[in-house]
Amino acid sequence: MVNNTTTVKPHRSNVTRRKIANRIMLTLCMLASVAAVTVLGLVLFFLISKGFSSINVKFFTQLPNHVDEKAGGMSQSIYGTLVLLGLASVIGLPLGILGGIYQLEAKGKFASAVRFFTDVLNGIPSIVIGIFVYAVWVAPIAKLHPGTGYSAFAGGFALGIMMIPTIMRTTEEILKLVPFSMREASLGLGATRWRTMWSVVLPSARGGVITGIMLALARIAGETAPLLFTILGNEFFVTHKVYGIKVPTLTAPIDALPLRIYNYATAVDPEQQRMAWAGAVVLITLILVLSIAARAATRGKVLEEK
Amino acid sequence: MTNIASQDKQTPPALSRPVVNASAAATANRPDAKSKIVAKDVDFYYGDFHALKKINIVVPEHQVTALIGPSGCGKSTFLRTLNRMNDLIDGTRLTGSITLDGADIYDRSREVVGLRKQVGMVFQKPNPFPMTIFDNICYGPRIHGIRNRKLLDEVVERTLRGAALWDEVKDKLHKSAFALSGGQQQRLCIARVLAVEPDVILMDEPCSALDPNSTFRIEQLMEDLRGHYTIVIVTHNMQQAARVSQQTGFFLRGELREFDDTSTIFTNPSDEETEAYVSGRFG
Ligand SMILES: Nc1ncnc2c1ncn2[C@@H]1O[C@H](COP(=O)(O)OP(=O)(O)O)[C@@H](O)[C@H]1O
Ligand SMILES: [Mg+2]
Repeated sequence: MVNNTTTVKPHRSNVTRRKIANRIMLTLCMLASVAAVTVLGLVLFFLISKGFSSINVKFFTQLPNHVDEKAGGMSQSIYGTLVLLGLASVIGLPLGILGGIYQLEAKGKFASAVRFFTDVLNGIPSIVIGIFVYAVWVAPIAKLHPGTGYSAFAGGFALGIMMIPTIMRTTEEILKLVPFSMREASLGLGATRWRTMWSVVLPSARGGVITGIMLALARIAGETAPLLFTILGNEFFVTHKVYGIKVPTLTAPIDALPLRIYNYATAVDPEQQRMAWAGAVVLITLILVLSIAARAATRGKVLEEK
Repeated sequence: MTNIASQDKQTPPALSRPVVNASAAATANRPDAKSKIVAKDVDFYYGDFHALKKINIVVPEHQVTALIGPSGCGKSTFLRTLNRMNDLIDGTRLTGSITLDGADIYDRSREVVGLRKQVGMVFQKPNPFPMTIFDNICYGPRIHGIRNRKLLDEVVERTLRGAALWDEVKDKLHKSAFALSGGQQQRLCIARVLAVEPDVILMDEPCSALDPNSTFRIEQLMEDLRGHYTIVIVTHNMQQAARVSQQTGFFLRGELREFDDTSTIFTNPSDEETEAYVSGRFG
């Protein structure tokens, strides 16, 4: 009845059929990736052809000029995006990395509950996070002090929340790759688990952790929805001085590239529409730089190990 | 329906059971040496798996004690009970007692961090940290609170000399430890252990990943270290056990079948299976 010792003689046409199927599937895979790259190429082509002519020095140095749009720029949006990324990192990095370490080290009911909720958090649409921050932060403050509420801080907070699950997950996955022998060596010398994590495991995985951070930043840099309800937008720099040093005022509304692109792209003024394309080129470039930095971080690590 | 599958699963007939259980008498005849580690009726479990059975052993101070036996007999497991490295594995359980200088190391009040400082470990595969040679050595002293640069410099030189590595690496202390050869890395790992000033050094097949020349150097090193440290070494290699140790314990299927002076184990063992093993008839 059981006949697994008999070898099935391959039938000739069967082999040919399998070979053909193999060819077809490989070709399909290749075509699919060509399609993906083509779409990316088309997007970049449109962006550049429409926006490149509006990119000049003024674009990076000037504020919007509604009398002569051509003389204006988006410096406050670029600056705003950088400030927001910084703020989001201040919230997202420590929580994400510590959370990732916790996921790796802890077992049990609570840990798996945390894992489940971070997966859920990861799946929450960004607009919902925007509404959430609006409801718990922006609206209450606006109620207390009419005219305030929208702020750089609120936007950074929303983006920071979005970073947490991504960084947690990548950190955990990367730390898992550090050989157990490395931990044993440290624990065997009398180090605590935390010390082992901080001084040995985390540094060994440094490149990968940085890659995760860069990818998370690249992801949130282009987010618009969470900013709609939180930063309001601003056509000026708002700063104040702390010990004589100019710092951004985090409690004031701030601008961001994606939000400015959204506003300009839907405007009637063709000059503003061109500015929107130019802003998109700059935004894509920023994301590209972050992605390249992400790859470079991992590459650096590999070299170092050798 | 054929029944091949279920036949395959049947366990082979049990090997002949031991005639004598040597574990009760497992104390080497060294009345002059102070006992450093005493294990009493130690049973150890990985979940339901009974990995160590009623182990009794007395490890004398400032000597090399070798643990031999076929693969999977529990040598590493036993070694790792001595610095509580098995605590890291979920679902493990130990009964009986193990004392170090008379104090129970599994006592509730015992700090495992302090124990591991006192009982250092060298692993089978060299496992330097991804740092410089200097920082590798200083890792231990630093976690135990030494910050003074001059003191650390001294520790690095002293331990690297102690591990017979100083001359080879003194000009590249601030280079990555990964740049060293396997044998050098293992000596670095020994130096790293010496830097926390342990009393006992556990070595789990420290030479099995090394070439003969590096093996020779590490064996020499053990001889040099013996006067100051109590060394317990697990080895696959019976010649090595014979060369480096004063006591030898033979493990088989989770039991310590025989423990005696190395010369006795290799020339005149009392247990049949010990004799079969040391004469190369199995394992
Ligand atoms: N982490 C573990 N979980 C379950 N069983 C283990 C584990 N480590 C070792 N064992 C089992 O315990 C027995 C003894 O293993 P070990 O002490 O490593 O043997 P040795 O070092 O003598 O080769 C083996 O049967 C092995 O399969
Ligand atoms: Mg072993």
